[in-house]
Amino acid sequence: MSNAALKEWPLWEVFVRSKQGLEHKHCGSLHASDSEHALQMARDVYTRRQEGVSIWVVPSANISASEPNDKPEFFDPASDKVYRHPTFYVIPDEVGHM
Amino acid sequence: MNAPIDYLLHLADNALILGQRNAEWCGHGPILEEDIALSNNSLDLVGQARMLYQHAAELQGGGATEDTLAYFRDVPDFKNYTLCELPHMPLMSATAQGDRDFAMTMARNFLYSSLMVLVWDQLQNSKDAQLAAIAAKSLKEVRYHLRHSRDWLVRLGDGTDESHAKVQAAVDQLLPYTQEFWANSPHEAAALANGTGIDMAALQNDWNQIVNEALQEATLQRPADGGFVPTGKQGIHSEHLGFVLAEMQSLARAHPQATW
Repeated sequence: MSNAALKEWPLWEVFVRSKQGLEHKHCGSLHASDSEHALQMARDVYTRRQEGVSIWVVPSANISASEPNDKPEFFDPASDKVYRHPTFYVIPDEVGHM
Repeated sequence: MNAPIDYLLHLADNALILGQRNAEWCGHGPILEEDIALSNNSLDLVGQARMLYQHAAELQGGGATEDTLAYFRDVPDFKNYTLCELPHMPLMSATAQGDRDFAMTMARNFLYSSLMVLVWDQLQNSKDAQLAAIAAKSLKEVRYHLRHSRDWLVRLGDGTDESHAKVQAAVDQLLPYTQEFWANSPHEAAALANGTGIDMAALQNDWNQIVNEALQEATLQRPADGGFVPTGKQGIHSEHLGFVLAEMQSLARAHPQATW
């Protein structure tokens, strides 16, 4: 057996859109040998086979995350610029959730 | 129109015994995610068995329940395919507790689910409405079982030299047991005659195609069929089923009046 075969399976991040859901939400991670395997595992572990759900799996190594240390320059500049969001409009009740 | 009780029991026993075998993997899977998949597989099969036993118990009457059918019948009463009761380790003596061989389990699940996708598909048209409904539900589950086990057959066959050798050994060991699928038993003949069952022999070509394509993709050789035709579905079993039942039924038999 080659050394490659003895290595641990890579980590995958799982995103699921539920039947009524509008977008995929990150719901966890798992180890799998390849993407097809990761999909099957995600179906067993995270969806319990509800019909109509959509699953995305992404190798964890392919995700670039923002650094907690970058918070000041990344996010703080937005906090005093309220005009970037339409927060001064009143949304009528019949519009519902936006 | 109702299916013959023995025919329902045959379908139920297949699912229960294979479900029991898959459950033996709980906590022993090669990796956590696969452990969950095997338990899932087992739960699907036990669920199918329960629906079929409930239907059979209702037809049988006389106080029969799904539990009496599962826990208070003996080896000759069980009508599962011999394939379903074999241990996970090929070429072991009856009492030896061999390690679980994942290749053996996957090859067995593959051979069985390749058949059941065809069987449940056809049984959706059964004149027994209850059986047709059970078939529709089971078909969805068994399609997933086939996908899962077929993927592993290919992964192992087209994997390392060692995994290839193990899954080839499993296929060599198990494939001869599938000959039982095509031999008609009295209860299958009765079910076919009253429109509640199906003609098993007519499925053989489709099954061969599923199996041969998968074996080819997995770079595995199909062994010769051999002359032995098992008789599990007629109640004449291998030496292994007694041990499965002894373990599965022990609590119910020790406390026959208990409710749980």
